[in-house]
Amino acid sequence: MKGDLTTTKNIKRKQGSVGRQVVRRLLKNKRAMTGIIILLIVILGSIFAPLLTSYGYAEQIPRDYFQFPSKNHLLGTDNFGRDIWSRVLYGGRYTLFIAFTVTFFAALIGTLVGIVAGYFRRLDSVLMRITDIFMGLPQMMFGVSVVAALGPNMRNMMIALTISAIPEFARIVRAQVLTVKDQEFIEAARSIGASDLRIIRHHILPNVSAPIIVQFTLCSVNTILMSASLSFVGMGVQPPAPEWGLMISEGRAYLRDYWHIAILPGVAIMITTLGMNLLGDGLRDALDPRLKQ
Amino acid sequence: MDTHEQPVLEVKDLVVRYYVEGSVVEAVNGISFSLYKGKTLGLIGETGAGKTTTALSLLRLVPDPPGVIESGEILYKGKNVLSLPEKEVRQYRGNDVAMIFQDPMSSLNPVMHVGDQIRESIEIHENVSKYEALDRAKRMLESVEIPSSRYYEYPHQFSGGMKQRVVIAMALACSPQVLIADEPTTALDVTIQAQVLDMMRQLIDEYKMSMLMITHDLGVVAEICDFVAIIYAGEIVESGTIEDIFNNTKHPYTIGLFNSLPDLDSPTSRLNAIPGLMPNPSDLPTGCRFHPRCQHATTLCSTEKPHKEDVSATHTVSCWNYKEIERQ
Repeated sequence: MKGDLTTTKNIKRKQGSVGRQVVRRLLKNKRAMTGIIILLIVILGSIFAPLLTSYGYAEQIPRDYFQFPSKNHLLGTDNFGRDIWSRVLYGGRYTLFIAFTVTFFAALIGTLVGIVAGYFRRLDSVLMRITDIFMGLPQMMFGVSVVAALGPNMRNMMIALTISAIPEFARIVRAQVLTVKDQEFIEAARSIGASDLRIIRHHILPNVSAPIIVQFTLCSVNTILMSASLSFVGMGVQPPAPEWGLMISEGRAYLRDYWHIAILPGVAIMITTLGMNLLGDGLRDALDPRLKQ
Repeated sequence: MDTHEQPVLEVKDLVVRYYVEGSVVEAVNGISFSLYKGKTLGLIGETGAGKTTTALSLLRLVPDPPGVIESGEILYKGKNVLSLPEKEVRQYRGNDVAMIFQDPMSSLNPVMHVGDQIRESIEIHENVSKYEALDRAKRMLESVEIPSSRYYEYPHQFSGGMKQRVVIAMALACSPQVLIADEPTTALDVTIQAQVLDMMRQLIDEYKMSMLMITHDLGVVAEICDFVAIIYAGEIVESGTIEDIFNNTKHPYTIGLFNSLPDLDSPTSRLNAIPGLMPNPSDLPTGCRFHPRCQHATTLCSTEKPHKEDVSATHTVSCWNYKEIERQ
């Protein structure tokens, strides 16, 4: 009985070490670390926004309008005298929430579709033709039409973005499933009596997860840009919310004289997507078990 | 072969075809053989003779499409495997009949602990707790001479021979009655081959299993098999005990196989290969499948298919002229 207990402990410790290996390799990768640090700053900044600024994001200070960055207003103020630093911080909440929620659901549905199409080949052509249709639509046009049909608000924009992000996931997962499925270890698993569900869960999914995780970061980047674009044309988050794309749109009119109103939220978008891309690259390297030394 | 004993696994008149873009590949054409308890049958043939297809059929794993098991029976302890429902087939795979694949490099999941791959087989078939399964998987690892401390390593951390031993442990984890080994040593180098074969023989004795050994290596056969069946173009052309085949060779194809082995006692500069190539299985010759390559072929050989004839109680051969060939 005593022996059993020690083996139990062993399992837990050793299983933790798999994840630790990935984390260790990620930590060694300078570019990935830069990405992680940038993202952490953005995430913490938006979570602790109330502590980092004394102004509300919609608070108008009439005498302070059109101010350039100063000690009083770190990033200046806009045409209504709203503090841009506060708006950028609070805006991070919108951006990150939209990016992760959309990507999460797109990854979930896309992976499911991809696995079903790749594993059960009978459904392949039907599912892939549907995916092709959605892939053939320009994302911007699709987003605008869905939002125009359902009404311009954040929820509808997120629905549109999710739908248009699914095909990419489905394609990647399907391609990966096709290569994994024909390998001998799948046949070996079948030869010991594993069911389809078991093969998918234990053998296919772990082997296709690396590209899914990488695509997750790339899709988040794309979602940030698309949601900013849709908000920019008024098809997404509505004023007075401090969404970054919306802020660019609002500052557009004053670009010649007060560049900071439009440019600074753009810099925020750029920094966030840069961090996400760096993390994506690093994850791709860290997750490949064949690179393990 | 022995008639007094009930075979563990019996294959009757198995026909497997692949339908590929308009052409029909006749991979297996009416193969019959029996496996007896504790005995090893060697299935010998060239690449493309239908050995692997036969092995996959035994587990009902022929990829469908394009493969179809057209007719025949596979009887495991009297039950026809081909008519079992899917759920029972899954119980049968791994628990009753297990298989070792050719290439150990690709028959392990690269992102799963080797130990867990052995444990999986136990979890599927036996209703045991996680820890008991873990414990048994560790013992299984030890029995193929891999320290159980390496349970949590990944396949890429193992050498080829060790991977093949893991694959063997995986197949034997639920102590199946029949083990199918599809060229288990082909991908290994010769010294490791001997180790792996030794180990397989030991384990088979220990578990009283029957084995179907698929190979094209006559040396492996001589070392491990009790019975031998020679397969050519999807048909068994000669079968018998190992003595029957090695000392009393009848079929010209088998004779050709033995002649193509180099003789250590006499200096030869060229090996005696059988002239010609294996026929294309989507366009098989008429009559005896071997006649275009056979130096003893007569007109009868090219029109009529030879019957299976008994040379002795254990030895059968399918050739019109085997008596004449012997006299020469």
